[in-house]
Amino acid sequence: MKLEKYAKKVPGKRKGDILLFALSTCGWCRKTKNLLDTLGVGYRYIDVDLLDGEARNEVMAELDRWNKAHSFPSVVIDDDRCIVGFQEDKITQAVGGGKN
Amino acid sequence: MERTEVGDKAVDALYQRLNREAEEGGYHLNPDVGFTKDLVRSLLVNEKRYGYWACPCRLASGVKEDDLDIICPCDYRDADVDEYGGCYCALYVSTEVLEGKKVAGPIPERRPPEQERKRLKEEASKLKAKGAAQPVSLPVWRCTVCGYLCARDGPSEICPVCKAKKDRFEKFIDVGAAFSVTVPVWHCRVCGYLCARNEPPEVCPICKAKKDRFERFL
Ligand code: SF4
Ligand SMILES: [Zn+2]
Ligand SMILES: [Zn+2]
Repeated sequence: MKLEKYAKKVPGKRKGDILLFALSTCGWCRKTKNLLDTLGVGYRYIDVDLLDGEARNEVMAELDRWNKAHSFPSVVIDDDRCIVGFQEDKITQAVGGGKN
Repeated sequence: MERTEVGDKAVDALYQRLNREAEEGGYHLNPDVGFTKDLVRSLLVNEKRYGYWACPCRLASGVKEDDLDIICPCDYRDADVDEYGGCYCALYVSTEVLEGKKVAGPIPERRPPEQERKRLKEEASKLKAKGAAQPVSLPVWRCTVCGYLCARDGPSEICPVCKAKKDRFEKFIDVGAAFSVTVPVWHCRVCGYLCARNEPPEVCPICKAKKDRFERFL
């Protein structure tokens, strides 16, 4: 899995590979984490503001593939698509929220 | 970078101060106090990290000059509150949101991407180097109640001086008009405040932005 060494794992139901690019200080990122927690899905997240130098560059280069505006939160699903911003409905739908 | 901790007391004190200053200036903090205090905490975290209030919802570079436009309140706040009812982080909201008639949700990023910001900066410095008499780059709005003037895309939601509503403003000067002035006119990039004096003020009397957020207007 990509960016393995920087990502924190949150255990939960397996609903594919969910990677959240976040900022530790951002209210919308916090809401996104809370949403995923509530849905009970397993995911990985990276608080990019807590990284410096090379580590940050590496993570931002990956984010650039998905979201040219480099904005947060960005949720990358199955290394295939990206939801930009706290779009509650889209995120819930994409991770198969609600139904098990 | 280490995770930074900030005490509840400091958060409460800054929350009180920002709330007071916002209301005085015709702005409002988000009425969702829990959400808002988390953002206030983030401002204090960023102050410890970078030495200034970098926007909590954007990735700061840590180089102040490159982050100036996203020091809270950022250059984009007023346009976003006007268009969407809240700033990018939803720390500041419109009267409609304050009164519960509308919800401040996530909105698109108004700040141009890095490459575009660089290009705009170079353009501005080229213009300055030419030293040409510059025409007005933003419309100037006049509060018809108290006479307050500000240069911004649209009028203030609430007049920061007399608290008259937006519909009491009229367009006073249109974009492109040229003037000769006896004293330079300075423009606060955050709130649009204008003043004619040799140097910009240390702190904007309306929005409390620091001197480095002012630019020459005329
Ligand atoms: S005013 Fe701008 S800098 Fe401040 S919290 Fe809102 S979006 Fe961020
Ligand atoms: Zn007025
Ligand atoms: Zn100002």
